[in-house]
Amino acid sequence: MSKNWKSRLSIPLISILAGFVLGAIIMLCLGYDPIMTYEALFTGAWGDPNSIGETLRQATPLILTGLGFSVATSAGFFNIGGAGQYLVGWLSSIWFVLSFPSLPGVVLITGAIAAGAIAGGIWSGIAGVLRAYLKTNEVITTIMLNYIALYLSNWIVKSFLANGDADYSKSIPQSASLRSPFLMELTNNSTFHYGLFIAIVIAIIMAFVMKKTTVGYEIRSIGLNSDASKYAGMSTKKVIILAMTLSGLLAGIGGAVDGIGNYQNILVLASTPSVGFDGLAVALLAYGNPIGIVFASLLFASLKIGGLNIPVVSNTPSEIVDIVIALIIFFVGASYLFEYISKKMKTNKSKGGKA
Amino acid sequence: MQSNFDQASCAIELKHMTKAFGDFKANNDINLKIKKGQIHALLGENGAGKSTMMNVLSGLYQPTSGDVFVNGEKVAMTSSKDANNLGIGMVHQHFMLVDDFTVIENIVLGAEPTKAAGILNLKQARQKIMDLSEKYHLEIDPDAKVRDISVGMQQRVEILKLLYRDANILIFDEPTAVLTPSEITELMAIMKEMVQEGKSIILITHKLDEIKEVADECTVIRRGQIIGSVLVKNSSEQQLADMMVGREVSFKTDKTKSKPGEAVLKIENLSVKDSQKVERVKNLSFNVRAGEVLGIAGVDGNGQSELVQAISGLEKSSSGSITLDNQNITNLKVRKVTEAGLGHIPEDRQRFGLILPMTVSENIALQSYYCKPDSAHGVLKYNYMNEHARHLIEQFDIRTSSEKSETGALSGGNQQKVIIAREVERNPKLLIAANPTRGLDVGAIEYIHKRLVDQRDKGNGVLLVSFSLDEILNVSDRILVMHNGENMGIVEASRTSEQELGLMMAGTPLDKIKKSKRKVADK
Amino acid sequence: MNTMTILMTIVSTTLIYASPLIFTSLGGTFSERGGIVNVGLEGIMVIGAFASTVFSISFNETFGAATPWLALIVGGICGLLFSIVHAVATVNLRANHIISGTVLNMLAPAAAVFLTKVIYDGKGQTPIIQQNMSTTDIPLLSKIPVIGDIFFSNTLVIGWIGILLAFASWWVLYKTRFGLRLRSVGENPEAADTLGISVYKMRYSAVLISGMLGGIGGAIMSQAITLNYNVSTIAGQGFMALAAMIFGKWNPIGAMFAALFFGFAQSLSIVGAYIPIISGWNDVVFKVAPYLITIVVLAFFIGKSTAPKADGETFIKSK
Repeated sequence: MSKNWKSRLSIPLISILAGFVLGAIIMLCLGYDPIMTYEALFTGAWGDPNSIGETLRQATPLILTGLGFSVATSAGFFNIGGAGQYLVGWLSSIWFVLSFPSLPGVVLITGAIAAGAIAGGIWSGIAGVLRAYLKTNEVITTIMLNYIALYLSNWIVKSFLANGDADYSKSIPQSASLRSPFLMELTNNSTFHYGLFIAIVIAIIMAFVMKKTTVGYEIRSIGLNSDASKYAGMSTKKVIILAMTLSGLLAGIGGAVDGIGNYQNILVLASTPSVGFDGLAVALLAYGNPIGIVFASLLFASLKIGGLNIPVVSNTPSEIVDIVIALIIFFVGASYLFEYISKKMKTNKSKGGKA
Repeated sequence: MQSNFDQASCAIELKHMTKAFGDFKANNDINLKIKKGQIHALLGENGAGKSTMMNVLSGLYQPTSGDVFVNGEKVAMTSSKDANNLGIGMVHQHFMLVDDFTVIENIVLGAEPTKAAGILNLKQARQKIMDLSEKYHLEIDPDAKVRDISVGMQQRVEILKLLYRDANILIFDEPTAVLTPSEITELMAIMKEMVQEGKSIILITHKLDEIKEVADECTVIRRGQIIGSVLVKNSSEQQLADMMVGREVSFKTDKTKSKPGEAVLKIENLSVKDSQKVERVKNLSFNVRAGEVLGIAGVDGNGQSELVQAISGLEKSSSGSITLDNQNITNLKVRKVTEAGLGHIPEDRQRFGLILPMTVSENIALQSYYCKPDSAHGVLKYNYMNEHARHLIEQFDIRTSSEKSETGALSGGNQQKVIIAREVERNPKLLIAANPTRGLDVGAIEYIHKRLVDQRDKGNGVLLVSFSLDEILNVSDRILVMHNGENMGIVEASRTSEQELGLMMAGTPLDKIKKSKRKVADK
Repeated sequence: MNTMTILMTIVSTTLIYASPLIFTSLGGTFSERGGIVNVGLEGIMVIGAFASTVFSISFNETFGAATPWLALIVGGICGLLFSIVHAVATVNLRANHIISGTVLNMLAPAAAVFLTKVIYDGKGQTPIIQQNMSTTDIPLLSKIPVIGDIFFSNTLVIGWIGILLAFASWWVLYKTRFGLRLRSVGENPEAADTLGISVYKMRYSAVLISGMLGGIGGAIMSQAITLNYNVSTIAGQGFMALAAMIFGKWNPIGAMFAALFFGFAQSLSIVGAYIPIISGWNDVVFKVAPYLITIVVLAFFIGKSTAPKADGETFIKSK
C-alpha cells in the first residue's frame, strides 16, 4: 500500500516542481526575480489572516468543480463543461434567492444550493443523455453548453435580475449569505465564508460515494472496463447519465456556493468563468482523488490569490501564476515524459554498469 | 556452393532466428525454408509465435539473433518499407485498410503515383490495378469506399495492395477466418494461380482442409519452436489433425462416469447475427444436462463466441429460444440471466472477466456487489467482501499477496482463478467456460479442469467451449462440434477419436462420416 | 435602411465575423483529419492575435499599409510555433489530446497577457494598432452590377481568401499525395504504418498546419475586429471554429460554410434590429444559435462514422 501511495503522489509532485522550475526559468529569461516573485506569491496567499481567508474562499468552488470533473472522468468521460455548469448553478441560486427574498435564511441557503445543484445536474445531464443514447461526443456538447450557458445567463441577468440597465443583478439579502461576521472577524475582513466547509464535507461524501457505495463501484467499473461491466450486468447507459448528472450537480453546487458566499449577486460575464477550467486542472493534478482535490484546490487557490500580491511587491506580471498552473497540468498530462526519462536513465545506468 | 544453390531456390530462409521480448522468447531458434513458387502452410495455436515470425518477415520486428535470407541473400529489414522493397507483403488477419478511402486509394497508399508537385495521378494507378485485377481474377469495384464493400472484396483489395507493389512473397495471416465458404473457394483458386505465376505464399491457418487443398508444405510451430515440416501430399488430413492437436503434456483429469439428469440448458433453433449482420450461429439446437460437461469443439471463429454471448445475454439472438433451468432466458438482460442461474467464465478474461485495476476482492464481488451480503442500502460492505475474498483465495488457492492487491498484478492463472472462484462459488445451474485455460501453464490447467468436473459432480451443467481438442476430450462427457455456425454432430467423448473430431471441425458432418464408415464396412 | 443596404451590411459583417472562424476551422480540419483532436484552437488563436498585434504596433511605420498582411503571417508563424507544444505532447509524450489542448487554452491567455505586460510597461492590453485590416472594394468584381455591390464592395479581402483557401484545402486533402497520407494516419495509423508512412511525421504536419491557420485566424480577429490585444479579444471563437469544423463534418468546404453560417448568426445579432420579422428577436437567440445548432446537428444528424476514425487516438509504434 505505501509503495502505491508513493508512486501515486510522485507524478503530481514532480509536475508541480517542474511547473515552478520552468516558471522560474521563464522569469529569469525575461529578467525578473523568481525568488522574490515566489516569495510574494507565498505571503500573498498565506502571509496574514486576510490572505488566508481569501485563499480558502478561492479554493471553495475549485474543490466542487474539481470533484464534478473527476466523477465524470471516473466513468471514462471528459466533462469540459464545468464552467457552464458552475454558471447555471450560480445563476439559479441567485435567481432563487431573489425570487423568494423573504423566506427564512436556512431555507434560502438550502434552496439556493439545491437550485444550483439541480441546474448544474440538468446542464451536464443533457450531455450524459446524448452520450448514452446517441453516442454524441461529450467533449463537444459540454463545450457548446458552456457558451449557451454564458449567453443565456447574461441575458437572464440583464433582463430579469438587474436593476435598470446594470450589468449585475440585485444583491441577495444578508440572510441568504454564507458569509458571517465571525468568519470575517477571524480573517480580518476577508470574503471567506461557510462554503468551504460545505465543499470539504461534500469532498468527504464523494470519497465515500466513490469508494464505498455500489453506485461509485459501478461508475468506477464502467470507467475502467466497460466491457467487463456489461458482462457483470451493469446498465452502462444508466451509469453514464448518472455520472454525468452527478458531475454537473457538483459543479452547480460550486456555482451556488460561490454565488451566495462570495459574489452575493450575479454578473454579466465577458467569458466563461475560469473556475470551470481550473476545476479540471485541479482534478487532473489530484488524479481524481476527492481528498487530493481538496489539496490541489488549495494549491491553485494559493497561486491565484498569491498572484494578486506579485505586482505589489515585484514588477513580475501576475499572469506568471496562470502560466505555472498550465505548465503543471502539461506535465501531469504528459507524464510519459518522466517515465521515458527514468527508463532512459535506467538503461544508461545498466549499460554503464556492464561497460 | 551446394548450400548457395539451396538458398537461391528458397524465397525465404530463417536460420537460428530468435525474437525475444524481455525474457520471453516468442520465437526460439527458428529454422525455416520457404521454397519459391510454393504455398507453405504454417500451423500452430494462438500464441504459438506465428505472428511474431511474420512480423519479423514483414520488417515490423527485428530478430534478437539469427539471420533472415530473402532469395538467397542475407537481409536486415528495419521497416515494412524494407520488406516491401524485397518483395515481401502481408495480408493481415485484421485488414489494414482505411475504411473511408476508396479501393484505389487504399491500394496506392504509400506508393502513390504522382504528377508534378505531389498531385495524385490515380488514372495511371487505375490501369495497373485493373490489369492485375484481371490477371489474378481479383474482382474489385475500384471507386467504392472500403467500408461499403464485402469482407471478401476487402481481402482482394489487401492482396492487390501487395501485387501493386510487385510483391513476390505473400504472407496470408488466417485469411479465411472471416470469409464465407464460396469466398474461401475463390481465394484458394487465386492462391493457386499466384504460385503458378511464380509467386511464393506463406499461409497461416489452423484449418486442415485448406492446407490439404492448397499447400505444398506444412510446418507446425508450438511455443515459439518449430515442431516439424511435412509435405502435404504425403500426409492425410488425419495426420494433419494429429499434428494440430499436438502431443503436448497430456494428463487425464480423474473423473467418474457422468450421471446426467434433466436438461438445464435447452437451445432450440438458435440463430445469432454479429454487428455486421452476418449470421454467425445458424439454427443451432442442443441440450446441456445436469451433471454433465458438454464440450463445444471447433476452430476459432466458427460461431462459438456468438453462441456464448447469446446465452449470457451480451448479444441478442435473431431467432430461436434459450431455456435455462426451465426459465425462458432468450434475449433477457445479462443480470437477469445471471440471476436465473448462469455462471460465465468469459473467453477473454482481461477484457470481459476482470477489471484489472480493481482489487481482488472487488473483482470477486463483480457479480454480486449490488445485493446482500456484499452491500446493504447501496453501501458496500468491504469488511464482508474482504473476508469473503480471503476465504475464496484460500479455498481456490489464488496466489496473491492480499485480497487488496490490484488484480492486474496477478499472474494469468491466478487471474483466471479469481474468475472461477467468483463464478463457481454461486453454484450456478449452468457454468459456461470459454477457453478457460488459454495461455495458462500446466498446473493451472489441471486445476481448472478439476474445478469444472467438480461443478458437474455437484449436479450442475457445464458448457465448455475450447479450441483445444485435448481439453475438450479430457473434460467433456459429450462433444458438439461447431463449424461455420452449424452443429456438425454430437458424440460421446468416450467413443470418439481425435480423427473423427478433426474431420468434423473441418466441416464434415457426423452422419456423413458414419455413412462413409458404413460403406467401408459394407465392402 | 432599404433592402439593398441591409443585404450589403449583412454580407459584409457576415464575412468579417466569419473570416477568423474560417481559417481556424480549416486548421482544426487538418489537425483532426490527421488524427489529433485539437480543442486548443482557442489558445492558438490567442497567440496569433497577440503576436500579430505586437508586430503591427512595432513595425507599422516600416511597412505601412502592408503591415496587417505581414501581421497575419507573423500570427500564423507564432501559432505554428505554439502548436508544437500540442504536437510534442500528443504525438511523442502520449498525452490525452483533450488535456493537452486544454493546456494550450490555459497557457495562451496567461502567456499573452504576461508578455503584454512585459512589453507595454505593465499594461494589461496593447495599444490600438495603427494599420488595421479594413474593408475595401475588390477591383473589377465590385463593378459587377448588384452582385458586385452586395458581395465585393466594402468587403474584407481576407475573408474571400479564406473561402478560396477552403477549396484549396479540400484539394490538398483529397487530391494530393500529402492529403491522402495525412488522412490515412487519421483514419488508420496502423495501416499507414505497415505501408511505410511515417505516422509521427504526418501527425506533426497536421498539428503544425492547424497552428498556422489558427494563428492567422486569431490575427484576423485583432487586425480586423478588435484592433488591439486584450484578454477578451479571443472569447470563444476557437471553440466556435471547432464547432464549425464538426458542423462541416470535418470537410474543409463544409467547415467554411459552417463558419460563414456562424458569422451570419453574429451578423444578424447586429443587423437584426433593422430586419422585419426578426427585429423583435432577442440578441441571445443569435448568440446561442451556433452552439445549439452544433449540438443538435452532432447528436441527430452526424453519425459517429463522420469523424476520422482514429481521431484522438495515440499511436504507439511497436518495435
